[in-house]
Amino acid sequence: MAKSPASPDPAPDASATPGVSGTPGTTGTAGLAGSAAEPESGPPIADAPAPRPDGPRSWQDVVDVNKKTDVPEGLWLRCPECETMLFRKNVEANLHVCTKCEAHFRISADERATQLCDPGSFEPLWENVAPLDALAFSDVKPYKDRLKSEQRKTGHRDAMLCGKGFIKGRGVVLGCMDGRFMMGSMGCVVGEKLTRAVELATKASRPLVVVSCSGGARMQEGAMSLMMLAKVSAALARFAAAGGLYVSVLSDPTTGGVTASFAMLGDVILAEPRALICFAGPRVIANTVRQELPKGFQTSEFLLAKGFVDRVVHRRDLRSEISRIIDFAGK
Amino acid sequence: MSTYTGLYELEFERPLIQLEKQIAELQSHAGDQGVDIAPELRNLRQSHTAMLKKIYANLTAWNTVKVARHPARPQPMDYVRSFVQDFMELHGDRAFGDDPAIVTGLGRIGPHKCMIVASNKGKDTKERIACHFGMAHPEGYRKALLKMKMAEKFGVPIVTLVDTPGAYPGIGAEERGQAQAIAVNLLEMSMIRVPIVSVIISEGGSGGALGIAVADRVAMMQYAWYSVISPEGCAAILWKTGEAASQAAESLKLTADQNLLLGTVDDVLEEPLGAAHRDPDTAADRLKKWIVGSLKELKRLKPEALQAKRMERLRNMGQHVEE
Repeated sequence: MAKSPASPDPAPDASATPGVSGTPGTTGTAGLAGSAAEPESGPPIADAPAPRPDGPRSWQDVVDVNKKTDVPEGLWLRCPECETMLFRKNVEANLHVCTKCEAHFRISADERATQLCDPGSFEPLWENVAPLDALAFSDVKPYKDRLKSEQRKTGHRDAMLCGKGFIKGRGVVLGCMDGRFMMGSMGCVVGEKLTRAVELATKASRPLVVVSCSGGARMQEGAMSLMMLAKVSAALARFAAAGGLYVSVLSDPTTGGVTASFAMLGDVILAEPRALICFAGPRVIANTVRQELPKGFQTSEFLLAKGFVDRVVHRRDLRSEISRIIDFAGK
Repeated sequence: MSTYTGLYELEFERPLIQLEKQIAELQSHAGDQGVDIAPELRNLRQSHTAMLKKIYANLTAWNTVKVARHPARPQPMDYVRSFVQDFMELHGDRAFGDDPAIVTGLGRIGPHKCMIVASNKGKDTKERIACHFGMAHPEGYRKALLKMKMAEKFGVPIVTLVDTPGAYPGIGAEERGQAQAIAVNLLEMSMIRVPIVSVIISEGGSGGALGIAVADRVAMMQYAWYSVISPEGCAAILWKTGEAASQAAESLKLTADQNLLLGTVDDVLEEPLGAAHRDPDTAADRLKKWIVGSLKELKRLKPEALQAKRMERLRNMGQHVEE
């Protein structure tokens, strides 16, 4: 089973006071944290969307509504896109998708693995692989300290969760990037674990599913991070030569070196709706070209229109779509 | 004496240039009154060489980046013109266009027929703009791959000469799949059945450089830089100010020697005293020698062995611990 992501929280009773943000240092999900409203001063109950009648039926067996996530504690949260106040439990039951505007919120690797795999079937691998500070890198904060605080925050040693599991009964090797850990950036550990996952899939003749969620290659590991692009891609080339099926799932955000390597190399590339998917970030481009960027630029739908993504898939349909692809193409 | 007579001055070379001016002045007065200037000239030249050695022995990472970007520094196409015989450029990606930021073509280097893939920053302003200052578009990477596949078909080894600050970040580049083009190159180059050697000539900027630098053997010129991001980009993200570029350059460990230590490159090609722009011919000779020697060794390997070794080389990249 995947570990509960919020377990390292040192204050066990923090959750007893709804509305009080649990861990002060959790800034990684700032996009979602804007909901720190007092429960008393919350919106009128009428605003609370009722559970969708056409809701995610196929998911009900998978979702543990009471499970903790990286979303800060509190009964309510505000959707960063449509700004509706949402009842947290409804959002969680809806796979962390806004019940009003269908915005797909970022989720942890643990949550992702739990969502995608049949209940209790996910078995993490190589959890002991840990990062080194080979460059003795230091910006405004030493990389060593950064790693420690991220590890405490997420309960993981780095930004990649790999393992074996079953999706609707089909055995897969699964890799999930953890956007909470240094923006899911790819350093040596992410590269190594992913390479091992590809090799395992090759050896065991299993389909490979990788869910990307990353700000790109990790600067703090310098040129070695860059080499991870080639390392994983080379392993994928051998997997492809052996006839392996690779389904790449892109979630918000998938950028930089991750897009420019394994994320774009899937036999089938699926993307969650409205995710940011790009090589160079919009700010970098705006600085270079000094002109307004087209509307919807670098979203999943934009990539679909330009021919770089096979399908844009709602989170609740990922399981069924992946298992159908496996039935068509997997061994 | 290694002198550089161009107009561009590197800040940390100011005292050196002062000395060069003195020497030139003295030389111009040589015949004036029949005074023997030889001893003084010798002294000045000696201190010039000593100063040059001292400055270049203690280059900071940031100053190395500045040397790598020196406008007079020989570019990949300068080397191609210098030692590639019968070079025949092959244009276009057969799909969208011809990106001048990557030049591809056939030629001979010593005894070897080669497919050459070279970054191109351009020489004058007009050319530089056309080449986007060496930042390639997807069609550039696709052209490179197309020509490399052709080389594979006919058993011709591949030589790539890299000098790019990165892949072009623009609307058209994103629309046409910059990331996908680079990703496919990484995957395909790891499987190509002919020898590939790569040299980071000046700038090795991120995925834009790696997209033509997956090889059996990778070398770096002594004063080149190679990293996951440019120092300016890194400074802007981590320090929130581009002013921290020199600190970022230091932190990124982007010099040739540091890359050698990290195992991200296999060889460092020593440059002439005071960097390649002071003595391009010597730099070209050393580069050619390395390419010829490396190809000679790699050509002995069967395609399967090449593929296996290339994978092994990449497989061992990076550092981590098992706790």
